[in-house]
Amino acid sequence: MKKIRSAAELKQWKAQLLSGRKKSDKIIRVCGGRGCQAYGCQEVKKAFRQELRKQSFKTPPILKYTGCRGFCERGPLVTIQPGNIFYQRVNPEDVPLIVSETVKKGKIIDRLLFEDSKSGRKITTAQKIPFYRAQTRLLLSQNELVDPTRIEDYVAIGGYASLVKALFRMAPEEVVAEVKASGLRGRGGAGYPTGQKWENCRRAEGSPKYVICNCDEGDPGAFMDRSLLEGNPHSILEGMMIGAYAIGSNQGYIYVRQEYTLAYKNAEIAIRQARRAGLLGKNILGSGFDFDAETVRGGGAFVCGESTALIASIEGKVGEPRSKQIHTVVKGLWDKPTNLNNVETWANVPRIIQKGSRRFSAIGTEKSKGTKIFSLVGKIKNTGLVEVPMGITLKEIIYDIGGGPQGGKAIKAVQTGGPSGGCLPASLFHLPVDFDSLAQAGSIMGSGGMIVMDEETCLVDVAKYFTRFLQEESCGKCLPCREGLKRMGEILDGLTEGKGDPESLSLLEELGEVVTDASLCGLGKTAANPVLSALKYFRQEFEEHLQNKRCPAGVCLPLIRYAVSAETCTGCGACQKVCFAGAIAGEKKKVHQIQVALCTKCGACREVCPTQSIQVQSGGRS
Amino acid sequence: MKIKQVNLTIDGNAVTVEEGATILQAARQVGIHIPTVCYMETLSPYGGCRICVVEIVNRKGQKPFLDTSCTHEVREGMAVDTQSPRVVRTRKMLAELLVASAPNVKIAQDIAARMGVTRVRFPMENSSCILCGLCIRMCYEQMDGKALGFSGRGIHRQVQMPFRTRPETCRLCRGCDFVCPGVIVPCEGTKDPGELCGRCVRLDDLPKCCPQETFGCFCERNPL
Repeated sequence: MKKIRSAAELKQWKAQLLSGRKKSDKIIRVCGGRGCQAYGCQEVKKAFRQELRKQSFKTPPILKYTGCRGFCERGPLVTIQPGNIFYQRVNPEDVPLIVSETVKKGKIIDRLLFEDSKSGRKITTAQKIPFYRAQTRLLLSQNELVDPTRIEDYVAIGGYASLVKALFRMAPEEVVAEVKASGLRGRGGAGYPTGQKWENCRRAEGSPKYVICNCDEGDPGAFMDRSLLEGNPHSILEGMMIGAYAIGSNQGYIYVRQEYTLAYKNAEIAIRQARRAGLLGKNILGSGFDFDAETVRGGGAFVCGESTALIASIEGKVGEPRSKQIHTVVKGLWDKPTNLNNVETWANVPRIIQKGSRRFSAIGTEKSKGTKIFSLVGKIKNTGLVEVPMGITLKEIIYDIGGGPQGGKAIKAVQTGGPSGGCLPASLFHLPVDFDSLAQAGSIMGSGGMIVMDEETCLVDVAKYFTRFLQEESCGKCLPCREGLKRMGEILDGLTEGKGDPESLSLLEELGEVVTDASLCGLGKTAANPVLSALKYFRQEFEEHLQNKRCPAGVCLPLIRYAVSAETCTGCGACQKVCFAGAIAGEKKKVHQIQVALCTKCGACREVCPTQSIQVQSGGRS
Repeated sequence: MKIKQVNLTIDGNAVTVEEGATILQAARQVGIHIPTVCYMETLSPYGGCRICVVEIVNRKGQKPFLDTSCTHEVREGMAVDTQSPRVVRTRKMLAELLVASAPNVKIAQDIAARMGVTRVRFPMENSSCILCGLCIRMCYEQMDGKALGFSGRGIHRQVQMPFRTRPETCRLCRGCDFVCPGVIVPCEGTKDPGELCGRCVRLDDLPKCCPQETFGCFCERNPL
């Protein structure tokens, strides 16, 4: 790879890459995201490589191993050009057929297409799948075009052009003004205006200044940042470079959580390639601007997603937050002005510079602009990463994109914002998804986790889960977070075991408010949200647990028991075979009984029963 | 060089202090008492116990917020309320949490009594360390020992020597021991778990229980 020394050379490189590409119009793209890897996409890729070697082609098709495409539930995903044919759940055994039929002859294999569960029709291209159709994929759409380990791919789709624009046609103040005008707000959760943050950091006295990319994404069930950094690391780098130019910084850090091995690896590769191409280092593209970036790997603490704890972690100290009266933009890393933004925020920057702030702010609501990526998981048909314009309603996300509930059950609530967010009931699904309306309803947008729950989810249990999670992840520095969360967990434990006392709920509320008010950092200040919002919207359920010792959803084990319905049981004996506790008695072809004393309530019998005769009962009377 | 002066109000009183002072220092300067647990004048502020929270309004019309007065620096035009209902309620709950975890630590009982905690609604534990971090800061900042630190996270947090062995840098100066509030048991001696002291605020048969025969429980760090 030769060094790029000027903007003209970058343009030339891009033209050269594009002309080289035309040799073959056939492109096979195998998704290489973590989700698809879990389904075995590496094997699929290997099979493709072998098969392409085996079958002869005049001009061999290009095989690409791309970033995450979001529809992780259906992995491994493969798209084939021309025709943009979208195959899902591809096995290595399917590969010879795909190559000989689809790649060679352009024939479509019906079996591998996505089937719309509503109409029962097979859908050929990704754009027509309801999951993708309702989305506005501005950031994620790049993931499927590039191989994250090749800088050439990113340059070919117009990468680093925004950097050229910023470096040669805009003054740093103009870059800040442009980002400010776009109305971009921090995607990490708090939603602080990014342009304002940059301006504050630019104005702050002290040098050197630092920029940091926060990829310490720890919310259970959320993986937006991972997919972006893993799938398109150069766009994050470019965003950071533009930010550094605007602020007057020459050094950046990408902080990746320990568990994200692939994201860390791809970021490392991207930095190495950018350095080799002369896009990182001294005198970038001959503009006189110096910038270099480094990756830092976290140590596995959730609290390090908090900016001051993250900075302490980079400094090599224990990842604990400090008082934030003096903001990190004034006194951050090594007490120098530091601008810290989330992965998704950085990813938005090149687009804003390239297309202009007006194009960016055309999407979204009055105070929340642009698109937001959500990690849509839970009891719905289609799960994965979705990118939607701000202001879309929860209903549209859950029913149109998510495809509604599984198995005809009713959706009860959605948990937004991860463990720091809250549970919103179905009656609030008309709410537009933006920073302010979610905060008003008692939840937060957070970094974008969205967990959908149906009627078989117990909200007390959910509140307990999140409280326990945060209790484990609390650093323990301040008393309200350390002791308060422990006590809240104890009270919730009591409720789910039917041992709550009458003042439990008021005490929970009081504790929650104090933890919110008095905690040191963002983790503690939002830690009570799951409990407080659940209490606000689902108080009935808490009361049931408390007064009637009954779990309406049938989840809390001490409060439920399994029983066989005499009317439908055929006496097939399937349940007897799976019950490892030996708790099911009954002769063949006669109604079986569950012996409550032996039953461990594992639920195995319920899963195998062909007639759904095993019921969950809760409450003293039934 | 002349040090800049900052004007603020604390509980409605106009106060002028040097720039860079904390709210706690400013309040003590004018004789307004704010209770503390993890604060010590000669050590860096830590902000862990949160007992010293006050309600702060930076600008008129801004939503008031709580922060620890030991870490929050004064700012021109700031209005501080050290006794608002929100502050009192927060401190009371914090005191209840503190005394529930360490009822046999004198300062926990003192704070609980002072904040008006008469009943603890949580199951009592019997920890002897309240994780105030005084020993660690004493060792690090004053004794240059660097022999102590926190290990573990959340409820598993504890004060430890590195790798659980005494490092060479520890000179057995006992500075940690000297500042540790956990080694001072309540006036009447160790209690059964679950018992609250609070005699000094009830003022019944005081002379018998008070070793200093004064209204002594808050005498050192938290005077009445």
